[in-house]
Amino acid sequence: MSSNNNQLALAVRDVHKSYGSLKVLKGISLEAVRGDVVSIIGSSGSGKSTFLRCINFLEIPDQGSFRVNGEEVEFRKGRDGRSQPSNWRQIERMRSGLGMVFQSFNLWPHMTILQNVIEAPVHVLKVDRKAAVEKAEGLLAKVGLYEKKDSYPAFLSGGQQQRASIARALCVDPAVMLFDEPTSALDPELVGEVLKVIRGLAEEGRTMIMVTHEMKFARDVSSRVMFLHQGQVEETGPPSQVFGAPTSTRCKEFIAAGSH
Amino acid sequence: MDFSWIVSYRELLLHGALLTCLLLVISVTVGFWIAVLLAVAQVGRNPVLKYAAKSYCTFFRGTPLLIQLWLIYYGLGSYLPHIPGLRGSFLWPIMREGVFFAGVALTLNFAAYQGEILRGTLLAVPKGELEAAKAAGMPPFMVLRRIWLPRAIRIGLPTLAGEIILQLKATPIVFSVTVMDLYGAAYKIRQDTLLVYEPLILVAAFYVALTFLITQAFQRLENAVPTRR
Repeated sequence: MSSNNNQLALAVRDVHKSYGSLKVLKGISLEAVRGDVVSIIGSSGSGKSTFLRCINFLEIPDQGSFRVNGEEVEFRKGRDGRSQPSNWRQIERMRSGLGMVFQSFNLWPHMTILQNVIEAPVHVLKVDRKAAVEKAEGLLAKVGLYEKKDSYPAFLSGGQQQRASIARALCVDPAVMLFDEPTSALDPELVGEVLKVIRGLAEEGRTMIMVTHEMKFARDVSSRVMFLHQGQVEETGPPSQVFGAPTSTRCKEFIAAGSH
Repeated sequence: MDFSWIVSYRELLLHGALLTCLLLVISVTVGFWIAVLLAVAQVGRNPVLKYAAKSYCTFFRGTPLLIQLWLIYYGLGSYLPHIPGLRGSFLWPIMREGVFFAGVALTLNFAAYQGEILRGTLLAVPKGELEAAKAAGMPPFMVLRRIWLPRAIRIGLPTLAGEIILQLKATPIVFSVTVMDLYGAAYKIRQDTLLVYEPLILVAAFYVALTFLITQAFQRLENAVPTRR
């Protein structure tokens, strides 16, 4: 294996997915080396969230190859012609190395913030509870929520809930963080506090794949931007290229519409 | 109003009240765990378990409790002695009593209703919360144990309180198979003393008091995990 391969945190190739006759993804590939921040942009229905959810198999792709943190995901065609992971244990292990942040936070309401954050380390990774609590408290302090650790999610603002869910995703030391429109459910005043946390993670050198509508933010923090249109990669490159000098007409239109 | 009989019948009354409470606690506790299995089977993917659970709930919710009790008491009750070895076993002293069959009937009946409620609340848990659990790498059983069921049970708590109260008020039916519960005690007192109302009033007061306790307990339970609506 070349040293370049060792650096690859994520290599996803030729992902296809359709719902009935509707083709949502028509062969999307994405590689991220450690420290990459890849932003996926595009209009609604372009397939960006579906693609992100295929990476950790919340959606099961019809076709594609997946290599996460150096491990190839076994993935075979079933009898009905659709692909299925051949080993769900492997999928679970792979998922535990990916931290996912959802648009609607999805904290578990019957647990306190601290319990939410230590849940996966303690129960999935079997980390010692005391160590997990110590680590979770550190992460909650980092996202500015240490004082809220014993509150229940219902009593936090949207921005606080999203920061808590980022801490939850971080607590398993993920090789790659997946963000699915992390600020889309927040009112404008709360967007900033969440973006600040994500920016901090980018500066730390975390590998992140982020579906977002925050164009300015994507331009600032990304190492690479991918523009999806109708289930295909229409344009990809460094932010200076995608935002500054896009070659595809559709991408030009999209950027122009978002820049005023 | 004449309540002077309370003193002389206090042991019968106390025994009856205890039996009522015992039947309630046993049928609700055991029935609840059967209900969990029934609900999980109904939302699960295994078609055999799914239809078995559905049929069970349909049967026990679709027939009167009185008929279920009699089917179990007279039907199962007359069949049990023919099972080889059972008469000699240590279980026999319990299994030949009416209270055993009453407990079984109440438990199975409660399980059917509660199973149907939990099926509904399992489906009411937001998908995103389950996705977050899967995304964290939890295997299906852990998702169920740590997230799905606890959430579904919580959503169903207010309804569970109501079900337990209904169950309490269903218990006097066991008197029809010779069980001397609280209502049975009242019946006997009425026969002995020829008083029409007083024993019934006492029993009614007991049921109201117990209902009040149950509601209070659930109020506390519901407040233990606050949710803003």
